[in-house]
Amino acid sequence: MGAITQIQGRALPMRGDDIDTDRIMPARFLVGVSFEGLEKHVFEDDRKAAVRPHNRHPFDVGQYQGAKVLIVNSNFGCGSSREHAPQGLHRWGIDAVIGESFAEIFFGNSVMIGMPCVTAESADIRALMELVEKRPTIELAIDLAAGTCMAEGFMCRVSIPPNARDAFTSGAWDTTGMLLARYEQVDAAAARLPYVTGF
Amino acid sequence: MGKTLLKKVWDLHTVRQLPTGQTQLFIGLHLVHEVTSPQAFDALRQRGWKVSRPDRTFATVDHIIPTIERKRPFLDVVAEDMIASLERNCRDFGVRLAGLDDDRQGIVHVIGPELGLTQPGMTIACGDSHTSTHGAFGSVAFGIGTSQVRDVLASQCLAIEPLKVRRIRINGQLPPGVYAKDVILEIIQRLGVRGGTGYAYEYAGDTVERMTMDERMTMCNMSIEGGARVGYVNPDDTTFEYLKGLPFAPQGDAFERAKQWWRSIASDADAVFDDDVEIRAEELKPVVTWGVNPGQSIAVDERVPAPDEVEESQAISDALDYMGLEPGRPIAGMKVDVAFIGSCTNARLSDLREAARIVKGRHVAPHVKALVVPGSVGVSKAAEREGLADVFRAAGFEWRGAGCSMCLGMNPDKLEGNQVCAASSNRNFKGRQGSPTGRTLLMSPAMVAAAAIEGKVVDVRELLN
Ligand code: SF4
Repeated sequence: MGAITQIQGRALPMRGDDIDTDRIMPARFLVGVSFEGLEKHVFEDDRKAAVRPHNRHPFDVGQYQGAKVLIVNSNFGCGSSREHAPQGLHRWGIDAVIGESFAEIFFGNSVMIGMPCVTAESADIRALMELVEKRPTIELAIDLAAGTCMAEGFMCRVSIPPNARDAFTSGAWDTTGMLLARYEQVDAAAARLPYVTGF
Repeated sequence: MGKTLLKKVWDLHTVRQLPTGQTQLFIGLHLVHEVTSPQAFDALRQRGWKVSRPDRTFATVDHIIPTIERKRPFLDVVAEDMIASLERNCRDFGVRLAGLDDDRQGIVHVIGPELGLTQPGMTIACGDSHTSTHGAFGSVAFGIGTSQVRDVLASQCLAIEPLKVRRIRINGQLPPGVYAKDVILEIIQRLGVRGGTGYAYEYAGDTVERMTMDERMTMCNMSIEGGARVGYVNPDDTTFEYLKGLPFAPQGDAFERAKQWWRSIASDADAVFDDDVEIRAEELKPVVTWGVNPGQSIAVDERVPAPDEVEESQAISDALDYMGLEPGRPIAGMKVDVAFIGSCTNARLSDLREAARIVKGRHVAPHVKALVVPGSVGVSKAAEREGLADVFRAAGFEWRGAGCSMCLGMNPDKLEGNQVCAASSNRNFKGRQGSPTGRTLLMSPAMVAAAAIEGKVVDVRELLN
């Protein structure tokens, strides 16, 4: 897998705390044996519910089409562990998410599929959302190594746990190979466990 | 300085520190179901990998199956394809499967414990966030995503960051009509839906010590609703008593030796916790959610918030708006259209017993569709033997086959339009029960039974004689 150090592109602000994965990807779209086509159903029910003209769902706003960076508030991706949620967002075109905080399983799933989630101070998120809402065509650049998010006339610190950052910058975010590398040690660990050896 | 159970189990299962700084953790039991595994098995095929430890892997079907007519092939061709693909994957990779026609079938978090697969001191993973349920046995159990399911299938390991531990002590006697479900809803309400991020929750105190395994499972199940990926209870005699004689539990002398080891992995008396919280059981009341996340709840005799009185008023007014509730109104008296007793939170035998106690000799309100969906074939058969199924049927409940059913909208059991559902499940997210405008009120199974009878939210304590 390739390394990821910088994500650049237009952004899409998605306001609200505690946005759960049932909203990001309603359960009926999990019926299926592949992740293909999930991009069509991102926030589907929320989007259908937002019908009033001045209340368009951000994913349906013309100017945000093609955005690569999703801006969110806190505890984004809580609830169900469905990887279909980050898969859907990533397939829609989102390459990185910046927010106040993320739910743990969502964060981990996103790392696994190569979509970094970085956090920033609430005030910075607020400013960034306002900036993008005012100037939807503005380009953002998130630099994982430097820990920054920059746009014309804007800069803020972003953070990502060092493990996840290193995984992205070294391209090691596909873990299976790493876990299989020292398989003899796995057998040794298992052999120490009473319940594996039959007590 | 003493250690917590989490630390002990973590250390025992550590294979090595990874170059990424994470821990490579051996997984003692991997539970698999039809929804989060197909892409993982495909990845194994593509790379020519085997399932590393089929002997530590067990699969069942629960999420997408119909609960009325289980005949194959299903009407829903995609669902049929998913079941067929799990069957093929299990056959090809040598994984044990409790399929639709198996007496061991049921919701994955119900069958692991009842078969004795779930044991103290284990690490357990499953592609489902409610894997925390298994922590009730003193195991460390994680919900994982599909890429991690692939990792565990291929290597029987996870690459994972350590967790902090928050001890939540519940002391005192729970009043009648107040259950484990109310305790955990109260905890989530007090600590918030994000409060547990980065933590494992250790549930302790004399109330928890007196709880049955079913009750402990209800508590641990909803840890994730408070943001904690892991929840656990230290193993004790109640745990051992439950496990004794179960098909996959150690037998005979091995069971005695196992007990010794299980005791040794409990948190030490002088263990140090990253945080400590205490809750008095006597003060608790039956709890009902009024909003769109499990932290938005109140006691059944309280009023829903009025947004201008409190902070975060936007989120509150959005939630009230979605739920169709006037600000400040009492939750009691809210009309319900559907009553659902089921899910991995509350569809075990003791839950059904408690609900049947309320239902017996009464009848479901005429406008209510009420269903009981046992958590497993095992629960279903036991309930039928005890006559509980007859009690529910006589009262006008539908008695269904085991599965996730109306907990989530992935099978034929769904809310319609903006129906209001009194549910014993664990999530009241917008659209969770399969209708984009459906509304969910979470509560204990006894409270759901009471709501079914009265056709509206009522205080179950009034129906207990
Ligand atoms: S019962 Fe509900 S929460 Fe539990 S595993 Fe099934 S869908 Fe998930």
